[in-house]
Amino acid sequence: MPEAPYIPQPEHARTYRYDAVDREFLAQRIAEFRDQVARRLAGELTEDEFKPLRLMNGLYLQLHAYMLRVAVPYGVLNSAQLRQLGMIARRWDRGWGHFTTRQNIQFNWTQLTDVPAMLDALAAVDMHAIQTSGNCIRNTTTDEFAGAAADEIADPRVYAEILRQWSTLHPEFTWLPRKFKIAIRGAEADRIASRTHDVAVQVKRDAAGAVGFTIQVGGGMGRTPILAVPLFEFVPEAEFLRTMEAILRVYNALGQRENIYRARIKILVRDLGRDGFLDLVQQELARMPLAPYRLAPEVVQAIRAHFAPPPFAPAGDAAAALARATLAEPEFAAWVALNTRPHRQAGYASAVISLKPVGGIPGDATAAQMEAVADLAERFAFGELRVSHTQNLVLPHVRQDELYALWQGLLAAGLATANFGQGSDIIACPGLDYCALANARSIPISQQISRVVDALDRTHVLGELQIKISGCINACGHHHVAHIGILGVDKHGAEAYQITLGGAPGNDAAIGELIGPSFSYEAVAGAVEKILLTHIGLRAPGERFVDTYRRVGQAPFKEALYARA
Amino acid sequence: MSAKARSATMPVVITANRLRDGRVVWLGAGTAWVEALAQARAVTGDDAAAALVLGQQAEKAMQVVGVYAAEVTLSAAGPQPVSQKERIRAAGPSTEAAAQLAA
Amino acid sequence: MPVLEKGALRADDWQVVDDEAALPDAPVLISLARLLRDAALLAGRNAPLGVAIGNDVNPDVLAPLLPRLALVQVVLPKSRDGRAFSQARKLREYLGYTGEIRVAGHVIPDHYAMLLRCGASTVVVAEGTDAAVWEASRKVVSIAYQHGLAAETPISLLRRKVA
Ligand code: SF4
Repeated sequence: MPEAPYIPQPEHARTYRYDAVDREFLAQRIAEFRDQVARRLAGELTEDEFKPLRLMNGLYLQLHAYMLRVAVPYGVLNSAQLRQLGMIARRWDRGWGHFTTRQNIQFNWTQLTDVPAMLDALAAVDMHAIQTSGNCIRNTTTDEFAGAAADEIADPRVYAEILRQWSTLHPEFTWLPRKFKIAIRGAEADRIASRTHDVAVQVKRDAAGAVGFTIQVGGGMGRTPILAVPLFEFVPEAEFLRTMEAILRVYNALGQRENIYRARIKILVRDLGRDGFLDLVQQELARMPLAPYRLAPEVVQAIRAHFAPPPFAPAGDAAAALARATLAEPEFAAWVALNTRPHRQAGYASAVISLKPVGGIPGDATAAQMEAVADLAERFAFGELRVSHTQNLVLPHVRQDELYALWQGLLAAGLATANFGQGSDIIACPGLDYCALANARSIPISQQISRVVDALDRTHVLGELQIKISGCINACGHHHVAHIGILGVDKHGAEAYQITLGGAPGNDAAIGELIGPSFSYEAVAGAVEKILLTHIGLRAPGERFVDTYRRVGQAPFKEALYARA
Repeated sequence: MSAKARSATMPVVITANRLRDGRVVWLGAGTAWVEALAQARAVTGDDAAAALVLGQQAEKAMQVVGVYAAEVTLSAAGPQPVSQKERIRAAGPSTEAAAQLAA
Repeated sequence: MPVLEKGALRADDWQVVDDEAALPDAPVLISLARLLRDAALLAGRNAPLGVAIGNDVNPDVLAPLLPRLALVQVVLPKSRDGRAFSQARKLREYLGYTGEIRVAGHVIPDHYAMLLRCGASTVVVAEGTDAAVWEASRKVVSIAYQHGLAAETPISLLRRKVA
């Protein structure tokens, strides 16, 4: 079967560029899966045999169809890749895709017989669906402002790419007790929900400027939410992969395999205690040979070259031009205030493209929108893009004096919603509308709540507020670490929703507390409204909901929700 | 009446996803798989057990995946799903038709 | 059952012996319990000795006995249970074991290349197995992105040619 022709990618977009070896690898892997699909259709593989093989290639069977989850490595994309994703959505899906909290994209209406061709089309832009599912090391996530953020100490993309390569078809860690998620950041500010991961890495520099890694371990959500705990304060660069190998080896040997709810590393770390787990990792490290696992500076250098800064233009009076434009147009000013972030390069900013229109489906983008964003990325951001774990898109490097033109382009594409980090920027998993594991719907709840919150926001200015919704205890919607978390449960065959308050994902990470009995599908948006009205009544000037909650405790919110009229 | 006893007497339809494209299908007349719940064959008791066997055979014959029986109620318009999950499988996603999907 | 080694099937020449049965003067595969219990007795034995370990065994317990072992058999009780991959790797990588590592249990061709890269030598396969299917599966992906223990040629960056 013909492979899709290779599509050139924008010169200055800093994605890892495949060479002939990487492309050969991908072609081999697709050939393998094409053969597996053919064997399945011919009856040579049963569903039981085929299932783990398709999962390793990101293919699930969901409620209405197969779902293909495509890896966006550490959330970094270029315009040619996004345009190709739009093409795939149009040609083989129903014209849209869904960006996930793992910084990936899923196609919900995939046909099994189309998958090999879809994988060819992905390979034409150096993309794949490898290890987006299954009990292996999944796509490493990172800060959507990596390589751009003003507060960055070291670029996490370099090490995320090293982790990607190292974990790809890893011979020892492809049949783990359970999935394994790594997040890595290069700034003190935690924008990646670090402590909800199996392993969280922070790239640091010592006094001499040498790179090292702080490693936390044992976080996870699901039925038993646990925040990761510190394991190593500063692992030297050369020992990074060896340390990861040792952690995974201890987990592979001792992680529970009988009970799926006890199989993540968080349970092992909790049961052994942090010190007990560390002890085992150190025993392993003491015996593992150094040389084969040494991360050589030449390797780091070669990969760093892929992420060299794009050719930034001198700042000139970009900042002043932006200031003038915001004065002239209040709506633009509101978008700039909420949806842009400071850049390390003078004259530039990072711009967030919200995929959360009020009343819309969180994380969904149509093919036309993908194409429009690809065009805008080429015009304004060196063709470079990011997917955030909050299910938004980011143009990492936009000149300040071009933000206005960008905003107008976004307006035209229906993508100029100014709500990044606000109450209507809701994270929601696909829930019962698509997901075979769900107890209850997430998306329609999110649609209702976004309207309620938006209305309150217009009169009361709620400020930063994180609302997250999961359709079952697997917690793909991160509800445990939401200021207001909503979990769909099954109550005697009907959809019901539990509400947790006070959680947070970042530097102030916390697991939310259950406020009381669950609410019906019809009542949950009203309950969120009551919670926010209570906050508005109690807040100090400018106080965020989560801070009010932490200050005053559960009682007033309980009272508002459950007191008999 | 316990839930179990009730389900033993409630009519069911046999449903699965089609192997080739994953679409939701129901067992209709004979051994045909249909794409609309309205055309599905509702069965009870021994007939239900026999229909499930037919479904499992179709699974072995590479037609469908994940066969099971889903409870329905009967109406003039045909079988009606009982659980929310089956309603969504029959009718498609319940999400509001957002403007973004009209593109 | 036949044994797959380097792309070819051969008969299993190891005899599994129960914990209480007498040991014939031929290659025998015994349990870990017996190996530990009879270590002193077995010291004088000349015929090849092998041990079958469960997937929950830390290979460290074998360390003092490895010089006497010609075979260590690890097992995948289910195809999804990958503990044997780490056991093999530890045996090779720092316990210094150079004899045969054999993999039994629910092993599928899709495991094969990875088992070899973790240091395994042979796989116990079902009667009637087509070795060509396993060879094809082993070779289908010829590039790896990390250190392994099979015959490998570094390419550049983290990559190696493995098949
Ligand atoms: S949280 Fe549950 S319902 Fe939502 S996507 Fe994950 S598994 Fe599906």
